[in-house]
Amino acid sequence: MANTDIIIHDEKDNVGVVVIEKITPSQDCSCWVMENDKSVQIQSKDEIPLGHKIAMIDLNEGDTILKYGHDIGKVVKSIKKGEHVHVHNVKTKKW
Amino acid sequence: MEIPKTFLGYKREDGRSGTRNHVIILPVDDISNACAEAVANNIKGTIALPHSYGRLQFGADLELHFRTMIGTGRNPNVAAVIVVGIEPKWTKRIVDAIAVTGKPVEGFSIEGVGDIDTIAKVSKKAQEFSIWASEKQREERPISDLWISVKCGESDTTSGLASNPTVGNLMDKLEPLGVHLCFGETSELTGAETVCEKRGKTPEAQEKFKKTWNAYNDFILKEATDDLSESQPTAGNIAGGLTTIEEKAFGNFQKIGSRQFIDVLEPAEEPTKGPGLYFMDTSSAAAECVTLQAAGGFNIHLFPTGQGNIIGNPIEPVIKLTANPLTAKTMSEHIDVDVSRILSREMNLDQAGDELIKATLRVANGRLTCAEALGHKEFVMTKLYRSA
Repeated sequence: MANTDIIIHDEKDNVGVVVIEKITPSQDCSCWVMENDKSVQIQSKDEIPLGHKIAMIDLNEGDTILKYGHDIGKVVKSIKKGEHVHVHNVKTKKW
Repeated sequence: MEIPKTFLGYKREDGRSGTRNHVIILPVDDISNACAEAVANNIKGTIALPHSYGRLQFGADLELHFRTMIGTGRNPNVAAVIVVGIEPKWTKRIVDAIAVTGKPVEGFSIEGVGDIDTIAKVSKKAQEFSIWASEKQREERPISDLWISVKCGESDTTSGLASNPTVGNLMDKLEPLGVHLCFGETSELTGAETVCEKRGKTPEAQEKFKKTWNAYNDFILKEATDDLSESQPTAGNIAGGLTTIEEKAFGNFQKIGSRQFIDVLEPAEEPTKGPGLYFMDTSSAAAECVTLQAAGGFNIHLFPTGQGNIIGNPIEPVIKLTANPLTAKTMSEHIDVDVSRILSREMNLDQAGDELIKATLRVANGRLTCAEALGHKEFVMTKLYRSA
């Protein structure tokens, strides 16, 4: 079976999680969608370490990040498909 | 996978089934620990459950103490109970409530007698109970007699990715077979609380959850010195890739699969609405949470961990699973089920759920968990506020 670089929980999610030690810029990555056991491809734009998230689509300021099919926060700085998604561009809606 | 319809358990007088056959020496209070431990040392086949409280408690805190003591004694993993307290009144209250199950239970008090004579009297009774319990045989019991509690700890991104969803997969497969299920951790559902509330099966269950979580949140807001964004997620969580409290909470929430909860339980409260999933209001500290769930009558526990929590419980076997390949390797003596192959896609969630069901049944049938073999017996009472 093909190596999996990124896991996506739910087909609605707009982010995936890196499950190899790290991905490097311009790397062609294999993504596995757990919910339906499907595979998709994405090219990364950043270096992203294990456990961190990658944007699966272009995201604008104010957009909602979906993981597990649920709202986990809002985009505070626009993000391009393939870029690193973390505390520098996403914030909680809680506080 | 075809799920077996039965497991090998101990049939109890009240019709429930145990996955274990413990004879426990239960101290009512801190000062009776020495006596309970001396008896357990004298009489093989018994265990003492020492703890730190039981004096001068009052109100809801005292009620929780009694509920935890009584529930622990009533748990079907316990064959027989000896209760030892300094005074007869509280001791009797606990004995009488356990006796309703029909299992052998006897109470002793130390005041006016002293430790040494009490230890002698209790030892005689404990020997009788131990020999009696040793003749109990495992027999085929319906799988619906499994009451499964869950709680995760030392979580990292692999927990939300794989080990918690594996538990959720097990819940989705076993709930239709009539098992009881329980999740807790009120504090660590923060961020997912509105979604969790909607998982209540009835408006009453939803309302109860909302009240419970709000009460917790009010307490946090009262005690907090900042907005909590400095501590949730933690620096370690952020380094591991968790960005927001919502993301952390949804990782935790994966443990219940696509189930709905039918009721909200007080800490240590026994469920009464039949088979299905229950939410119990608990701390997110591992030993406190599992102690409360065991007191609620749950007879087998699933504990997903990321970085490697090592908890066990004296009466409820705790099965640990991890999806973190490093933890599975470096802490292998603590890990019963390794699901790290989900991350490398050598295993899917369905297969991982089946593996966990098989492991759960083996432990239900008597296989020792890693924590049992290592002697982990964390029995930790939840204290609501200071004593009088």
